[in-house]
This record gives sequence, structure tokens and C-alpha cells, in this order.
Amino acid sequence: MSRQVTLLGARSDIALACAHEFAAAGDLVTLAARRAETLTADARDIELRHGGTVTLREFDALAPDHAEFVAGADLPDVVICAVGLLGDQTSDERDAAAASAVFRTNFEGPALALAAYANAMEARGSGVIVGISSVAGDRGRATNYIYGSAKAGFTAYLSGLRNRLAKTGVHVVTVKPGFVATQMTEHLDLPDKLTAQPAEIGRAVKTAVERRKDVIYVRGVWRLIMGIIRAIPERVFKKLSI
Amino acid sequence: MRRDVSGWGRFPRIEAEVARPRDEASLRDLLGRGPVIARGNGRSYGDSAAQPKGTVDMRGFARMLEFDATTGVLTAEAGVILGDVIAAFLPRGWFPPVTPGTKFVTLGGMIAADVHGKNHRRDGSFGRHLAWVDVMGPDGTVTRAAPGDELFAMTVGGMGLTGVILRCAVRLMPVTTGWIRQEMHVTPDLDAAMQVFEAAQSQYAVAWFDCLGRGASLGRSLVMLGDHAAVADLPAARQARPFEVPLRRRKSVPLDVPGGALNRHTIRAFNAVYHAANARKAGASLVDWDRYFYPLDAVQDWNRIYGRKGFAQYQVVLPLASARAGLAALLDTIAKAGQGSFLAVLKRLGPQDSRLSFPMEGYTLALDFPARASALALLDRLDRITLDHGGRYYLAKDARVSAETLHRADPRVPDFRAARVAQNMAGFASAQSERLGL
Repeated sequence: MSRQVTLLGARSDIALACAHEFAAAGDLVTLAARRAETLTADARDIELRHGGTVTLREFDALAPDHAEFVAGADLPDVVICAVGLLGDQTSDERDAAAASAVFRTNFEGPALALAAYANAMEARGSGVIVGISSVAGDRGRATNYIYGSAKAGFTAYLSGLRNRLAKTGVHVVTVKPGFVATQMTEHLDLPDKLTAQPAEIGRAVKTAVERRKDVIYVRGVWRLIMGIIRAIPERVFKKLSI
Repeated sequence: MRRDVSGWGRFPRIEAEVARPRDEASLRDLLGRGPVIARGNGRSYGDSAAQPKGTVDMRGFARMLEFDATTGVLTAEAGVILGDVIAAFLPRGWFPPVTPGTKFVTLGGMIAADVHGKNHRRDGSFGRHLAWVDVMGPDGTVTRAAPGDELFAMTVGGMGLTGVILRCAVRLMPVTTGWIRQEMHVTPDLDAAMQVFEAAQSQYAVAWFDCLGRGASLGRSLVMLGDHAAVADLPAARQARPFEVPLRRRKSVPLDVPGGALNRHTIRAFNAVYHAANARKAGASLVDWDRYFYPLDAVQDWNRIYGRKGFAQYQVVLPLASARAGLAALLDTIAKAGQGSFLAVLKRLGPQDSRLSFPMEGYTLALDFPARASALALLDRLDRITLDHGGRYYLAKDARVSAETLHRADPRVPDFRAARVAQNMAGFASAQSERLGL
């Protein structure tokens, strides 16, 4: 049976890759983003490749209240939040407004949006919530701690939500992609072997939803890398540049 | 960002400034600042899709836009991969009207190289099946060019040198199954293989031949004729689902093969085994579309078998009248040099009149050689034979021919260059076009 899958922050490469993956399996996809009408061609592309009908919805992750948005359409079987903003660490360190936008876009907005879905899904007694977090949240580092700390908050939030909903039939998946070759990282010189293509994230998310995984690292090597990074004593870690 | 860019042959490697725009506005911003060339999925072999000062990765334009289920016309952005077109439309009964030997090409690349397939004699090159092409010109304006327009004639086969191909409308071909009825002929030499080509009535025809065999085995060939199968041609068990074909497991080449591993002995042994294995399949058989059209796509990164230095493909077409003599001279020279090539491929092309496209009526030969000095010197000798027999070069495969040789081989080149200059298109330039004065 086909599932209804809603993607929040649907303009991102990861969200679109997930949309293709679920649509290819026959699921009905809703793309939710700001200026949703600019996703018309992407929606048509998904329809042409995989059949089915794609719905567009106007969505602002920083809106004050998401309950209305959630109530505005059939409650989906799966909601995937791919909202995110990388920012520029160096300039954000001295620009409170920019840093706030990174905090809010990576943590507050996604958390509140998924809170609204969680409440509705809990009341129904079923559903899957997927949060695209980041390995950057596993430990704060000088090079990306503004983004990383927001993702750390989001990771902790997803963990708590999973704990709360464990007995309700609602499942929560935390996705921690490492480097992904997307629009967001285009200006960065990323090592090929550690960098996933968006389609890999799409496949991994679909598998995680179907197998009800809790936390996934998309390329296994990242679990190892972050394990090592977390294990370094703070006394040593603070002097490293990694 | 600066990156090392190379074609499928991994020779030459060019350090290039690469940008990946997502929309027309950001693409427009890249124009007018210096030479640029569009790049698709990097399946041309040499330096066609690299420009040190500005290589534009078009894979950010990869959406299918519209499909007309009555006419089979697909409208799509230039970065759409051919394999994705097949995945989407073969189950609905449509197949690309022309396909090269890999499905990992972009539509934009197929237009720029005006690719041909095993059906060129019957169906022409890819450009014949286009309804229109949208091209962004040097000033950033987008022009829709259709058959009959000067811009269309120059863009199809124009190697990206007329502007950036953005979108196209291509007529897909109706098919009723995903299978090919193959008829394999085992022939002892080149003459016999050419006789099979000349007599063939099938839609598709291609030959693999052994260019390293000694004595009687020189030029022994496997000529594979093919037609799209009808539902009635399939075994009963497959008739209910005629577009379903067995899954292929993708293999990969995990490492660069050390440079010396490919030599005349190993290649001769490979060719003997390949020939023997396939000769047993002589006669009629059913082959699924993926195995028939894209045998090498099953091995990811097969280009690594030629080692880190990469390889050069030599593909030329010889006009019908001199094809027999020219092919014999080329093969003789290769055999004497002992410079092997896997999978020497021969195809019969039909007539075509175009501004810079590769095909003309005759026989096209394609050979791979490791990019080392001895092989490259051999290719220079082959150039003389090609020129003596009125041959022409396939730019999408080329990495090393000289400007002088190309200009002597292809009298269209100066006209194409002059038209480009007259129409202010000279800002579109690849490492190849700069090397060749295109």
C-alpha cells in the first residue's frame, strides 16, 4: 500500500532525493517549502519519473505555530524534516543575527514542526518521524560549532521524542549524514570517499523508515570517525584543529 | 572551485575551475568572463568537456519536464541521464531512438556529440530525433532552435561550442518489450564481417573483432545483429511482463590496474577467451536491453583497467569506397606493433550531412589504447592511414589528434570555426577546441 510522505524543507537536495526514493516505491509525496511554487518543475520531474501525483505546500520552518500547518492536510504516514542552514562559522561568530538564524533553522524550527507532527501522530497512534540531523552535532568543533551545536540540540530533541513516543506506535529516526554533495556544501572541498551523494541518503532514509532504525549514519565510516572524535579527552581535544 | 577534470579515458587530466549552477540566472552569471564549456556526466573520452578557466557542470539541470504519451516526445533538461530516461519510460513502452554504448551519458552530451548507435544506418544519429533544443548563447539569452535553423544545425554535433544546451525535446521510439532478438554471426575475417553488415536487414548491427590475433585469426569477428523483440518472441513466462528483465549485479574495478598488466599477451588471451565464449552463442538468442546495448555498464569504473595514466580511444570513420583498404591497413599496422586493444568495435554508418557531426556513410572503427608513449606514437601512424583513406575523427572520443591532422581530415572544420566567430560564439571553448582550433 502506498504511504503518504511529507518532506519539510523540500528544496534541499537531501529532501528531493528522499522524495524520489519514496515516489519510486509508489508512495504519495508532498513537498513543503517556502515559495513552494518554485518546486513545480521538481514535482513534475518526480511525477514523470515515478508516476503518481506530487503535492506542493507552502511551509515556513520558522513560523510561530505549526499545528495549523499539520492540521491543514491529511496526516502523513511519514514526515521527513530536512530543514537546515549551514551558515558561515567565522562570520557567524561575530554576527548574532546570523548565528541566531542558524540556531533557529537547524534546531528551533525543525523541533517545533516535528512537535506538531508528533502530537498528531501520537493521537492517531501511528507514524514515522525522520529528522535529518548531522554528525556535526556529535561534538562541538571550532570550525562549525554554531551549526554543530544547533544540530546537537536537534539530535537530543529527536532522541527525547523517540523515548517519549516509543510506546505509542510512532517511530522516530535520527539521520546523521556525514559529508553530502549538495548545494549546501558545493563551495567546500570534500574528500570523495567520505562524501555521499544525495541519492544515497534517500535510499538510507527509506530503508531506515522501513526497518524502524533509531539512529543511522549514512556512510558507516562516519560512525567510526565520530566515535573516535567523541572519545578524545577534552584536555587534548581543545588543542586540536580538526 | 578548482578540480582535476578528465574524460572517461582519464587522459588528459586538466585542472579546471568547475561551477555547478542550478538555475538559468546562476548559469548566466558564469558567461562572458572568459572561456566556458558545459560538461555533462564526463563520458566523452578526452578533453571535450573540460575548460581550465570555466567548466560548467550541468548535472544540476536534471529534471524531466514533460512527456506526451501519444507522440513519445520527452522534454527534459540537459543534465538528465539517459539511463534514467530508460528507467522511467521503457516500462511504458518507449526507448531512446539512438543510444551510445553507455547509458551514463546526459542528454546534453548526446546532443553536443550527436551520438550514434548500432542503428545509425537505419535511424541516423541522435540529432535526427530532436524536435528542438534550447541553447543559452554568449549574452545569456536562451534560443529555442529547431531543425532547419542555423543554430540547431551547428549545435547538434557542435561539441558545446555554440552555447550551453539547456533543454531538449526528443522523440522516443515505441517498443513492445525490453528484449532484443540477437543474431550472432561468427566470421573468420574482416571481409566476411563486412559482407554480413552489407547484407544485414536488422535495425542494429555491431561487430567486435580481434585486432591482435595472428595469421588466420586476425580480424576474426563476432557480428551481432539485433531487432527489438515483439511480445510473441518472448518465452511464455515472460510475455505477461515484457519490459521486465533480469537484474544485473554491478561489478566494479576497485583499484587502478598496474600499468604493465595490459600487454599484448594478456589482451591476446582475453580476446581469445572472449571470442571462444561468444562464438558458442552463434545464431539466434534473446538478450535484454541492458546487456545488449550496455555490456560494459555492468562494470563500474571499467576505465580503471588501463591504469592510472588512463587510455585513449581511437575512433574514426572511413568512407565506404575506401573502408575495406583503410581498415585492413589500420589493423595490419596495429597487429605489427603488437599494441593491443580490447574490444575493437566496428559499425556500419549510413549517410549523414551535418555541420560537425561525426557520422558519414562508411565504416567506423573504435579501439582503446593505454595512454603511454609507444601507443600514442602508434596512433600518430594510424592518423596517416586515416588521412590517406579520407577518414574522419569522432571528437567525443578524441584526446590527442593534432589540429593539422583534424583540419586535413575534416574540411568542415574551418567553416564551423568561421561561423562560430561570426556569431560571437568563440567564448564557448573546451581544452579540445583550443587544441584543435575549432
